[in-house]
Formats: sequence, C-alpha cells, structure tokens
Amino acid sequence: MALRPAQRKRTDKEDPLAESEVTLEALHPRELRHHFDTPEQQLESSLLGMWIFLLTEVMFFGGMFGGYTVYRNLYPDAFASTSQYMNVTLGGINTAVLICSSLTMAMAVHSAQLGKNRAIILFLLLTLFLGCVFLGIKYVEYHEKWVDHHIPGPHFQYADARYFHQAQILFFLYFAMTGLHALHMIVGAGLIIALIIMAARHRFSAEWYTPVEMIGLYWHFVDIIWIFLFPLLYLIGHTK
Amino acid sequence: MNITFEQPKIKESPNYLNIRYGWRSWLLTTDHKRIALLYLFSITAFFMIGGAFAVGMRLNLTSPNGLLFSPETYNKLFTMHGIIMIFFFLIPSIPAVLGNFLIPLMIGARDLAFPRINLLSWYLYIIGGIVAVAAVASGGVDTGWTFYAPFSTTYSNTHVIMTAVAVFVAGFSSILTGLNFIVTIHKMRAPGMTWFRLPLFVWSHYATSIIQVLGTPVVAITIVLLGLERLFHAGIFDPKLGGDPILFQHLFWFYSHPAVYIMILPGMGVISELVTCFSHKTVFGYGFVAFSSVAIAVLSFLVWGHHLFVSGQSMYAGLIFSLLSFMVAVPSAIKVFNWTATMYRGSISYDTPMLYAFGFIGLFTIGGLTGLFLATVAIDVHVTDTYFVVAHFHYTMVGGMVMAYLGGIHFWFPKITGRMYPEGWARFAALVVFVGFNLTFFPQFILGYLGMPRRYATYAPEFQSLNVLSSAGASILGVGYLIPMIYLAWAWNRGPRAPANPWGAKGLEWEKSPSPPPTFNFDEMPVVTENAYNYGAAPGATEAHG
Ligand code: HEM
Ligand SMILES: [Cu+2]
Repeated sequence: MALRPAQRKRTDKEDPLAESEVTLEALHPRELRHHFDTPEQQLESSLLGMWIFLLTEVMFFGGMFGGYTVYRNLYPDAFASTSQYMNVTLGGINTAVLICSSLTMAMAVHSAQLGKNRAIILFLLLTLFLGCVFLGIKYVEYHEKWVDHHIPGPHFQYADARYFHQAQILFFLYFAMTGLHALHMIVGAGLIIALIIMAARHRFSAEWYTPVEMIGLYWHFVDIIWIFLFPLLYLIGHTK
Repeated sequence: MNITFEQPKIKESPNYLNIRYGWRSWLLTTDHKRIALLYLFSITAFFMIGGAFAVGMRLNLTSPNGLLFSPETYNKLFTMHGIIMIFFFLIPSIPAVLGNFLIPLMIGARDLAFPRINLLSWYLYIIGGIVAVAAVASGGVDTGWTFYAPFSTTYSNTHVIMTAVAVFVAGFSSILTGLNFIVTIHKMRAPGMTWFRLPLFVWSHYATSIIQVLGTPVVAITIVLLGLERLFHAGIFDPKLGGDPILFQHLFWFYSHPAVYIMILPGMGVISELVTCFSHKTVFGYGFVAFSSVAIAVLSFLVWGHHLFVSGQSMYAGLIFSLLSFMVAVPSAIKVFNWTATMYRGSISYDTPMLYAFGFIGLFTIGGLTGLFLATVAIDVHVTDTYFVVAHFHYTMVGGMVMAYLGGIHFWFPKITGRMYPEGWARFAALVVFVGFNLTFFPQFILGYLGMPRRYATYAPEFQSLNVLSSAGASILGVGYLIPMIYLAWAWNRGPRAPANPWGAKGLEWEKSPSPPPTFNFDEMPVVTENAYNYGAAPGATEAHG
C-alpha cells in the first residue's frame, strides 16, 4: 500500500482518509489538506495561525515602540524640535489613504464571502492602488528628508546645534519605524497581487476563501500600526 | 539449468522511513517525522561545531597565559561557541527534533497544522546556520553571544552584521515552529484528547511555544536596530552620542531571559515522560506540573532585569527584578518535587533514559539553586561576570537540557528508528557524561567564587589547577558525547528490531502507533478514553489529578 501525502486529488482508494471521504467530498475537497478532518478545522487553524503571527508582529514593532518611549522621555525638547520637520499634511493624507484601503480590503473580503469573484478582483485592485499611493507619498517624504540631510549617518545635519545628537537618534527611530512599516506594506502589496492572480483563476468560492481573509487581516494590522505611528511621530510635540 | 538463490527478505511494513527514498523525498518532505530527522542531523552537526570551539577554549585555559591562541582569537572562540550552541543547537534541540516528531503522535494527529511552514522553518534554520558558518569562516565575531553595544555597534571590527543576520533568520525559524505547535495543540487533538489528558511533554512545549512567539520577535527587532546602528552610527546605543546602551541590554534580555526557558521547558517535558514511565506510576500532581510550565512561561517575561544588576539599572528596579526572579524559581521547584514524589514508592527501572533523568534532576537542581544565588543582588555583585555564572548556566543548559535531550533521544529511539540500541554501552555513556560534566563545571563554581572573571584568555596563576581539572573533565565529557553518536548510528542500521512499545509506556505514540510509525502516524485514527500516565495503581500510588 502506498501512502501519498499532500496530494491534490484525494480519490485514490488506498488513501488512509478514505473513511472520512464523505465529509471531504461534500465540501471543498480540492483545498482540504490531507491532515485535517474537516474544512472547519482547517479554517480555524489557519485563522488562529494568522492571529498568532500578528501577535509576533505586535511584539516586533513593540520593541521599537519601547525604544521610542525611552528616548521620548529622555529627550522631550529635542523631540519637540524634530517634530517640526515632520510633514503633517503628507502624513495626514497618507493616514486617510490607508483607512480607505482598509475599507476596500474589507469590501474584498465581503465579496469573497458572497463568492463574487469580479468584485474581489476589483476591490483588491483598489486596495493595491491605495497601497501604492501610500508608498509614493512616503517616498516624497523620505526625499524631503534626504534633501534636508536628515538621514542619520555621516551626512546628518541639524539646524539646532544643541540637539544634533539627540535629533539624529530621533530621526533614526523615525526611519526605522516608518521604514519597517513601509516594508510591511510592500510585502502586503505582493500578497495582494498573488490574491488577484488566484482570484483571476477562480480559485475562491463562497465556501473557501481563506487566503483573502488572512491577507485581509494582515493588511488591517499594517494599517493599525500606521494609526499608531502617525500621532506618535507627526502630531505629538507639534504644538510647540 | 541456472539456479539463482535469492535471500529471503522479510518485508517491512510501510513506514515513514521506507515509504520513499532519494534526496527529494527528504528535502521536499512535509512529514513532521522526516523534518524532525532533518533537524536531528543538522543540529548534531552544529553541536560538533560548537563543541570544537569549546575544545579550543578549554585547551587554551590549561595555561594561565593562554596555551594556544591570541586573546583576540579567544574572544572569537567563546563568542562563536555561545552563538552556535544557543541559537543553532539548544533552542531547536528538543522542540524541533523531539517536539516535531512527537507532538502530532502524542495528541493523535496526522501531522502538524502547517506542514509546509514546518519545512520552511527548517530551511530558515539551515540558511541561518550557513550564514553563521560563513561568518566563522570569514574571520568570526568577538562580541560575545550577547552582542552588547556599543562594542558591537562601534568598536568591534569583526563580522557582527553577518552573524546578526544569521541569528535573525534562525529566530524566524524558531517563531514559526512555536506558531505551528500552538495551532496544532489547539486544533488537531484527537477525539477525547482533552487539555487535561495531554501528556506533560505537550504542555511544556505549549509553554515553550508561547515564549518563542512572544519573545523572539523582540530579539529580532533588537538585532535589526543593532545592524542599522552599525551601518549608520546614529548613536542610538552609544552613550557618547546621546544613546542609551542599557536600552540594548533591556531589549536583549527581554528575549534572552525567556529564551533560557525555551532552553529548559522542553527538557522538563521530556523528564516528566521519563520519570513516569520508568517509575511505572502515574505522575504526581499532573495539574501542578502542567500549570507550572505555563507559570514559568509567564513569569519568565518579568525577570530579565536580573542580568542588569551591575549595568546601571536603577537600584529599585534591581530589587524588584530580584524578587520576581525568586518567584520564577517556584514553578521550577514544583516540578522537581513532583518528579521526586512520582518516583516515591514507584517500581523504578534503571534503563538508560532514566539514568539521564536522574542526571537532569540533580544537575538542574544545582543550576536552579545557584540561579537563586545570582538573583540575590548582593551576591551577584560579587560573582557577576565570573565563572560562577558560567557554571550556573552550564548546569541548567548542559546538565539540564542536554541531559534531557539525550534521555529523550534514547527513550524515543526505538520509535524513531524501529531499532533498539545496546543498553550496556548506553548506560556506560550516561555515566561518563555525568562524571565528565561535573568534573568540567563544578570547579568553575569555585573558580568564580574565588574571583576568576569570565571571557578572558588569561588568568591569575593560582587558578591553574582548577582550570586544568575542568579541561580534563571536558575531555571526559567529550568522549561521553561521542560514544552515543557511534552506537546510535550503529544501532540505526544493525540494532535489533524494536516492538511498538518496548518500555511498556503509556501514550498514543507507544500504544497506538507502530515503530516506526507510518506516514500518517496511525493505521486507525485513535480515540482517547483515559487520562495520561494511566499506569494503574502501583503500590501507594495516588490517583491521577482530575
Ligand atoms: C531557577 C531559576 C533561575 C534563576 C533565578 C536564574 C538567575 C540568573 C541570574 C540572576 C543570572 C545573571 C547572573 C549575572 O550575569 O551576574 C543568570 C544568568 C544566566 N542564566 Fe540563569 N537563572 C535561572 C535558571 C536558568 C535556566 C533554566 C537557564 C537555561 C537553561 C539559565 C541560563 C542562564 C544563562 C545562559 C545566563 C548567563 C547569561 C550571560 O550573561 O551570558 N538560567 N541566571
Ligand atoms: Cu535570566
């Protein structure tokens, strides 16, 4: 007898899962992997896995937020001084863009629930577009910093000599935090492209759309990170 | 007429090992048992590399002026030893090998929840390992495994970034393993396998996975910041430029103290299995042992500051971290008491795995108790950064975890390979390991107490005799590790066939699955109807905890 793990088709007689074939065939057999008993079990596992992954992301960014808190408390004045160089208008526009993209992502997931394939593709394209707008605006902001010599390193310059070192640290944190966030956006854009391809190949149905739901969660998470970054980096200290 | 004789062949029943051959069937496998073996061989290789660095150090330390190496080289030796042993051997050791192999079998599942992610984490581990070896080959790194800034970011002129990348990548391997285990334990249990029927091995891996998932991302981001700082020199960890080096230590130990529990909890899980099986008795206080694992996981996140007593952290923080560190020892002690109580009036058999379990209990107790010495601020000021600390953590990590790992490998060897190993040799090796270990590390307690600092290539002449003793012990220990490698390799090919349950142990992996198991673990999916460790009433045995 030959066991054939991880097979797409589960019709062969020797399959050790043959007894549970009834439940398998009734639902979406192609996507049920060999080691799960039911599609529900598989779906719950995937979602739990995704939530745990997001938890690791919280800890990942949390380390940086911790560092941010320390330096903000150490150097409140330098902080107020650097925040005048943050472009609140562009940051605000980007916040709006991301919130909209969260909405379109939610619509994509909703369309997936209803099994509307064309709507999935449409909303994913919209989300992708908004994501690219965000990254484009981010690029403009980074370019401003580059022109002003606000990139930490040997060419760093700062108008207020008192805060030279401290400002450099704060810009370092700014770039590390927003840069890592942007990296997550780029990964997310890649994932959305993969989803669009899958949708174009009619892989999703109202019974099975787990990847859309999972990447939707990821996308919302990345948005939420920005919702924290924006006030912490752009707004606080700006009144001074 | 031509007569050809053919050797009569006894056909093995199909199992995960003989179902397919060829390198693709291994490198592209998604079978958790095969991935466990991939880990087994790769971590053994890293154990030997890390061991080679240790040999270099112990040789050098036989002379007060350093026998062989320049101080610069010696710095690289202890750094690479620590990094390889911690990130590439000890952290993956029991979880990625035994946990991977056994968790699905123990809970009655066909595989882990995410088999392909499981394979991915092995590849991440290997990529990280290759980068680490590349860093060694191109000249090594000398910051210590702790990468303290600003030395690592500004002053060291060795391959810090390459090593940091290696640790970063290996970290994601560890995260994915933990994630996979948590989901598997939540979602893949067989019918009837309730949480309180889970073997304690599974509980301890659950706790370990929580730490891996919550802690490792923090060290990952710390390493990213370290690398960026080394590239840009913005000064974030450099006091000369307004940065805070203590921040680095906080971030580092926020992971790395919990990580020491990644390096002991799985071992505790193994010991719980061994002690009940070879005492032929149900475990004493199942609920206490199970919850103490979770308690350790939670508390371990609250004590990192005991590594910063002399670093300039506030005195009040030091006092609180001291208190919390005492608290984390309580669940560890609960486990030791419960193992002892399990053995009490059990009918104990002295097979090799049980010898390792005895070794673990004794040595871990010493390691844990000296941890309490170190958690006492006043004593720590005296012995911090001395060989006392080195002895403390080797008693827990080598006397504890490596003993548990060897005990576990022997215990489940029949299940993994379908063969028995030579018991006489195995007992002999266990004894050699125990003696060699104590000869190596006990003198280091004394050396540290007398004031010999760690991480120096040279030392005051009055310390020589104890150092020579330690080096001599290390050579015995090395032999003790080599013997099992030889007879286990032999037994894998030539050993007598093992029955499904050679030890008469309880648990799905023994009772419901043949040795070696088939690809999907069970010929018939199991249904669980009894508590774990239902060994029946040995004389004086107490009933299993509800
Ligand atoms: C019983 C609970 C434990 C307590 C209270 C404890 C306490 C401590 C303290 C206070 C230190 C810092 C000493 C110093 O640097 O001056 C320390 C160091 C260390 N401990 Fe423990 N420990 C415990 C268990 C463990 C376990 C189970 C492991 C590993 C399996 C471990 C591994 C280490 C390591 C690796 C270091 C040294 C880190 C370094 O500086 O390189 N400890 N321990
Ligand atoms: Cu610690």
